Amino acid sequence: MFEVPDDLRYMESHEWTSTDDVARIGITDFAQDELGDVVFVELPDEGSELTKGDEFGVVESIKAVSDLYAPISGTVVGVNEALFDQPELVNDDPYAEGWMLEVEPADDGEFDELLTAEEYREQTE
Amino acid sequence: MAHRKPPLREVHADRGAKFTGFGGWEMPVEFDSIRTEHAAVRDSAGIFDVSHMSEIEVSGPDATELMQRLTTNDVTALDPGDSQYSCITDESGVILDDTVVYALPDELDNSDSADPTYLFIPNAGHDEQMYERWTSHRDEWGLDAAVDDQTEEWAMFAVQGPDAPGLVADAAGSDVLDCSRFEATYAEIAGADCLVARTGYTGEDGFEVLCPWDAAESVWSEFDCQPCGLGARDTLRIEMGFLLSGEDFDPEEEPRNPYEAGIAFTVDLDTEFVGRDALERAKEDGVDERFVGLKLAERGIARHGYELRDESREKIGHVTSGTMSPTLGEAIALGYVRTDHAEPDTRVRVVVRGDEKRAQIVNTPFLENK
Repeated sequence: MFEVPDDLRYMESHEWTSTDDVARIGITDFAQDELGDVVFVELPDEGSELTKGDEFGVVESIKAVSDLYAPISGTVVGVNEALFDQPELVNDDPYAEGWMLEVEPADDGEFDELLTAEEYREQTE
Repeated sequence: MAHRKPPLREVHADRGAKFTGFGGWEMPVEFDSIRTEHAAVRDSAGIFDVSHMSEIEVSGPDATELMQRLTTNDVTALDPGDSQYSCITDESGVILDDTVVYALPDELDNSDSADPTYLFIPNAGHDEQMYERWTSHRDEWGLDAAVDDQTEEWAMFAVQGPDAPGLVADAAGSDVLDCSRFEATYAEIAGADCLVARTGYTGEDGFEVLCPWDAAESVWSEFDCQPCGLGARDTLRIEMGFLLSGEDFDPEEEPRNPYEAGIAFTVDLDTEFVGRDALERAKEDGVDERFVGLKLAERGIARHGYELRDESREKIGHVTSGTMSPTLGEAIALGYVRTDHAEPDTRVRVVVRGDEKRAQIVNTPFLENK
């Protein structure tokens, strides 16, 4: 079974976000497993604006390229630069050391439009 | 259309393999991780199920003539138990497929005649097309040869890596170690009659084992090493600069002749075969584009279809295969560039999602001493 923390919200396209004042964003355990060995992550710079549902970056495994989609709108205030040298952190620890962005949400109401952990589990079962 | 399944589809699924469609077959792409499987083959040994590869047997008084006329290499150079890498080309010299041609060892040649029997290995999903090609040309030329599509009679495993010869010798008897590269012999493994050939597509020493379809599980189980999927097979062959049918050449999407594709050694112009005259002209005239290796100098990965440009941003070619090399930890790629940009050390640009990334033409194989 894949890990799906209860306190996060999820996109159908397998991104997660925390619901904090500065929300962390990454990809799920299921997604990293599907991708296989992650070898490259392309992320926006600090100060960039995200729009919910739009592409914000790319994650590449040895075998495939996948776009990343923003679970919420907001301003990027932090980028996990450790992933540029150690993209495998996405595989090893997708909800902690493998986080990708920190975002100041533009609209807290958007969290409610995302999947709950239970709903995401149902999608990936 | 439903995918064809290798005999060990469920055995692999129980082992936790992930699957992919390839050449019309549902094949394991990954058992553990591509990185783990790739490293096992480079450092010790791994086993691949390549039962999706096609097998066509050609026998009879005119078998040699038929093989000679439909493949680019010289089959008369093969003694029983030898094999060779070869191409199948159309009239214009375009590669329809690449293949290994075996002259079967005497033990496996069941025919009563003294004529050699051949087994050749078209790529996955090409068996019907090649069977049709062989039989229609045989009939057109009035040759006396039997052509038998045995794709679903033979399972095929590749045991590859520095420890692979020892593993195969343990399973099949030490006589197999007498085989040189591209030699094959008959051997019994787990009670099954197998063709064991010192061939492979990873750059490592090792063997390919063809066994009867219904003996697949017992033969597979004889090899105690890392199971590997098509994902690792792809990274391993890219590191060696080896071509993949459908990616690096394809009669529809990427029509290439053997000179463009860097496998001129498969062409013997002293033989008569379909496409020979076109290839003689191509050799005399030279080719406009050549298959090359590339290394990226900036972060990014070059993938199939990405454009290649020169330093003045003019398009000079495109990528056909690319990955992050697990061995080198560098982004490497294969592709075609204009011949005037094909020399090693030439600086080029790869367009990765709209951004130009600096890259350099390099010699293949990317790994030395392989």
